[in-house]
Amino acid sequence: MTAASTSLSRRSAPRRRPPPNWFKRHERLVFAVAGVVAFALIWEVGSRLGVINELFFSRPSAIARAGFEEVQLPRFWVDFQASATEFSVGYVIAIVSAIPLGLAAGWYRRLQYTLDPWLNFLNSLPRVALLPILIIWFGLGVESKIAVVFLGAFFSIIIPTIQGVKTTDRRLLDVANSFGASRARVFLTVVGPATVPFIITGLRLGVARALIGVVTGELFAATTGLGVMISRASASFQTDRLLFGVLIFTFTGILGVEAIRRVENYFQRWRPAKQGA
Amino acid sequence: MTDTQIALDARAVQFYYEDPTTHERLLAIEKMDLEINVGEFVSIVGPSGCGKSTFLKIVNGLLPTYDGEISVLEPDHGRAHAMVFQDSALFPWYSIVSNVAYGLTCQGVPKKEAHARAMPFIEMVGLTGFETKYPYQLSGGMQQRANLARALTVDPEILLMDEPFAALDAQTRELMQAELLRIWHQAQKTVLFITHQIDEAIYLSDRVIVMSARPGRILADIRVDLPRPRELKIKRSPAFVALTDQIWSLITPQLHDDAPATGVAS
Repeated sequence: MTAASTSLSRRSAPRRRPPPNWFKRHERLVFAVAGVVAFALIWEVGSRLGVINELFFSRPSAIARAGFEEVQLPRFWVDFQASATEFSVGYVIAIVSAIPLGLAAGWYRRLQYTLDPWLNFLNSLPRVALLPILIIWFGLGVESKIAVVFLGAFFSIIIPTIQGVKTTDRRLLDVANSFGASRARVFLTVVGPATVPFIITGLRLGVARALIGVVTGELFAATTGLGVMISRASASFQTDRLLFGVLIFTFTGILGVEAIRRVENYFQRWRPAKQGA
Repeated sequence: MTDTQIALDARAVQFYYEDPTTHERLLAIEKMDLEINVGEFVSIVGPSGCGKSTFLKIVNGLLPTYDGEISVLEPDHGRAHAMVFQDSALFPWYSIVSNVAYGLTCQGVPKKEAHARAMPFIEMVGLTGFETKYPYQLSGGMQQRANLARALTVDPEILLMDEPFAALDAQTRELMQAELLRIWHQAQKTVLFITHQIDEAIYLSDRVIVMSARPGRILADIRVDLPRPRELKIKRSPAFVALTDQIWSLITPQLHDDAPATGVAS
């Protein structure tokens, strides 16, 4: 900090940098796309030249064709809908239960003490190991998958949420108490905002865990779903269809994380803009 | 001051601090008596860990487990006291105006009205034009101005200032000291100011309280009779230097004691 920056002239008003050129502005995207395109090209050419075994690895153009054919089949949409339901219902139930419960457990020490053993136990347990019993309880339909998705996402969200409440800056709590803020106000104006970044982290982890739940659940035992489509394609050596199914999961993950990034940017506009984050 | 009303009266205040690791009870403040008149500017100086910030927190009500008695003048307006925190401690998620209005919203003043009432104080500390900025967009000195405005907005009888300029660079600190005196004249508040900087204490204050190393006791209560308004160059006057030497000679022997490295608020 220089002495000049503290003088009270209006010079700290927003300084606008000259607009960077198109390449500079989209640098990040350009390099990302270039890498993906190069990878696809090498794959495609290698496969056509016979360097890459087409039966095992397929090739981008074949995957695209398989995808194009697939989306015209009504059965694909039944599978898609089943997977989408499992993911979204399980994930939403996880959010609406884990966030309030996590905030409460961070705020009320005794609630946390009560929950701690369960959180530790269930979080250490590989949720997939519960699949057989979840299937006994909920059957082969979407319900058992919703349950495994929920279990995956719930713990990823609740644990950082509790952490966030508990690590709220002591000094800021002092400020609120010093001005005579009520308990409710301390929670709303200090603890809540301080916990948002932790919740976001949990949501992001939760997307990945929820997707794992959908895929493993469907690969293990299901009658419909994209996991079922993948395993059918595998059984009949349709590598292109199989990889198309995998890609759908991947894009769902990317979209989910991107959506969360939007939410994060909205809630964190009080933070200095992150460079290349 | 024509009528000498007492703004703060602390009698035999004693405070034990529990070490979080060893659970030892340490005497942080020993039998402290302090009387401050309305409108007075009083500073407390002392080696780090002497309990001067702790005393401020006790007065502010943040540490309720003390022995002794503290009475503060309950004004017919605003709050009895408000704290200006170390390291600004602004809420990073609120704009400057929301931060400055925070104390009012805590009292149930509707947001709109609280913001309107915060504006004169934003102007007083020289932050006009920065109302909608977030704290990270302000320099350290400006953050401390907002911190000061936040305390002034609740119209406290006593301003409690906890080493507010400690984290600032030397030039900014000098500038802020002069600014504080200007604001003090304008706002007409009683101030209890904590610092470890002797020259800062003398420059600002009517009285400088010198505290010992832990357990903190009052070693001396020194009247500063330098004329007001004071300019920064007064720091080089012989009277000022003599006072500095006097306080230094009181504090120096204290520094040989082991400086406590525990988390006691200094």
